[in-house]
Order: sequence, then structure tokens, then C-alpha cells
Amino acid sequence: MDGDRVTEATAWPDAIFAELRRWQVRQVAYVPDGGHARLIRAVHAEPAMRAIPLTTEEEGIAVLAGAALGGQRGVLLMQSSGVGNCVNMLSLVKTCRFPLLALVTMRGEWGEFNPWQVPMGSTTEAAFRLMDVEVRRADQAGDVGETVSAAARMAFEGGSAVAVLLGQRLVGAKVF
Amino acid sequence: MLDRRDVVARLLRDRGEMLVVTGLGAATYDVAAAGDDPRNFYLWGAMGGAALVGLGLALAQPDRPVVVVTGDGEQLMGLGAFATIALQAPANLTVVVLDNGLYGETGGQKSHTSGGTDLAAVARGCGIAQADRIKDEAGVEALAATIATRSAGPRVAVVEVDPAEAPRVLPSRDGAYTRGRFQAALGLAA
Repeated sequence: MDGDRVTEATAWPDAIFAELRRWQVRQVAYVPDGGHARLIRAVHAEPAMRAIPLTTEEEGIAVLAGAALGGQRGVLLMQSSGVGNCVNMLSLVKTCRFPLLALVTMRGEWGEFNPWQVPMGSTTEAAFRLMDVEVRRADQAGDVGETVSAAARMAFEGGSAVAVLLGQRLVGAKVF
Repeated sequence: MLDRRDVVARLLRDRGEMLVVTGLGAATYDVAAAGDDPRNFYLWGAMGGAALVGLGLALAQPDRPVVVVTGDGEQLMGLGAFATIALQAPANLTVVVLDNGLYGETGGQKSHTSGGTDLAAVARGCGIAQADRIKDEAGVEALAATIATRSAGPRVAVVEVDPAEAPRVLPSRDGAYTRGRFQAALGLAA
């Protein structure tokens, strides 16, 4: 199971999409990810949002800084393996006190078949905290919307940098 | 050879509504030397990010020209930016790469552009059709004449400049301050 093939009852990507609309998020920067596939498709179909595919995750930190500079709200979607790529670029967020909302699907923590995902998956939260990004977590489908909403309020009303980790138990371990 | 300070001063002379983002190092000093302005956002770090800050800004402010001024070393750290910009195709974004072929901040080591990497060709290969090399004053004048206007798509101008180091002109390093005054200049709540 991944975020593209969840049942209606556990359609947490739809809860995220609803929150992004409610918070008037305009720029959605992402590195393609199976866990976010359903959400990414919804974003591409939404005229009020601009989907911005990236070649690497740190690009999104810079793009969203530019968005905030110009008065638009943005979000960064990525997988846990991309968080380490962002560390130096997060100096932009920290030094300039830009808001940040990042939604991260976790790999390497629950039923992971690929050991290459474990090193970054086990240090994702620590990597964010290194750069003073607040970290929140959702492991149950029913908690996702509320957690994203709380993080969005911190970012867009409080100007904070916040990441929400979406647990691999929620997203579903990738199978081959 | 073109003098980097002359090039930047010329490009920003009739800036109108132009919003400017600078890449760390000499490009930041060049833009500061042309005259501080609240609509300048100076990077002192985040290497590889200047063009992408410009992208997010250009998408958020589609009615204003956005100009990124950076160097070859800074852009080399973020080559993927050209592909990301090409997909979005903002008609109000121009990335000016001042190419001196070296890393001026760190001892003048040769950059990859000294060894054959052509950043304009990289940009074209990523899908930015309007990507040119500028080697003389006529080229600078042609760019200056259109830089504040909308175009058919994003533009990249790689300007070959004299590697001589210009005196440092240091703008504020307080990123929260330069961010806040930039947003205030646009009438946005910081």
C-alpha cells in the first residue's frame, strides 16, 4: 500500500490537500514520492496551486523562501531520505526567519525492506532539529489533518519552521 | 573584458519595479555597489539557492521583473535549478550569471567554467531557450534594454567578466532585516 492506493477510510492525503487549500497554499514544491503520489496528483489538478517538481529537495527550501519573500504560502513535500540534502539550505530559513512547512513521508523505520533508507530515516528528526526546525509527527490516518493544520498555523501565522513526519506505518511499507 | 561592477550598474540603472536576488560572494557586493535598495535580497550563504529564490519570488510576483545576479561558482552548485525553472517557465525571471571562471571568495581557484562547462549551454539543455553568453558592451546594452520587460519565458544571461576583484561593498548580513524590509517594500506583512 502507498499513498496512491489508500481506501476512502484512510485517505489521509486528501486530508492534507484539504488543509493546504484551507490555508491558501499556492506553491507546492516536491520531489516525487510514492507516499505523496495521491496528494501530488491532486495538487497538479488544482488551479489555485502551482506544483513545482524539484531535482533535489534543497531546491524547495530556496523556492519557498522566494515565495514567502513575494507574499505567497508554500509547502515542501518530500521523503525522509531528502531531509539531509536540505541542511545547509535551511540556513536561509534560520538566518532570515522564513516560515517553513515541510511534509515528510518516512522511510526506513517500519517494515523497511531497503537498508539504504535506514540511515537517513533514523536521523530525519535529528537533521531537522540541527537547523532548529520544529518537528511534529502523525502515525494514525485520523491525526494527519489536525497535525498538518497545527503545523500550518505555526508556519503561516507564527512564521515558524515546522516539519510534519508522516510515519511509515501510516504511509505503508513499500513492497516489491 | 567587461567589468562586473559596470555590468551590474548598467543592468540595474533603470530598474523600475525590478526585484533583485543576489548569489553569495562578489555578486552580492556588486549589487550593493550599484546602490542599496529595499527590493534587493542579498544572500550571504545558501550556496546554489539564488536562482531558486528568484523562481519562488517570480511566481509569487508575476507582474514584476525578477532578476537574479549570481556568479558561476554559486550557479554550479545548483545546476538543477535550470531544469526546475524551465518547467515553471516564469516570463518575468532573468538569471544573470557573472562568469569570471573562478571562486573569488576562496582564493581564486579555477571553476568548472574555466575548464569547458558552458552555463548557457547547460541552461538551454535544461529547456531554457533564451540562454545566451554575453561578451561585450553591445550584449550588455541589449540585455539592459529588455531586462525589466516580460519575455516569452525565463532568461539566462551568462556574462563573461574580468576576473579582477573589485573593492568589497558589504550590504547588511542580517537576513531577517533584509527579508522584512523587502516584504515591506512590496506592501506585505512580514
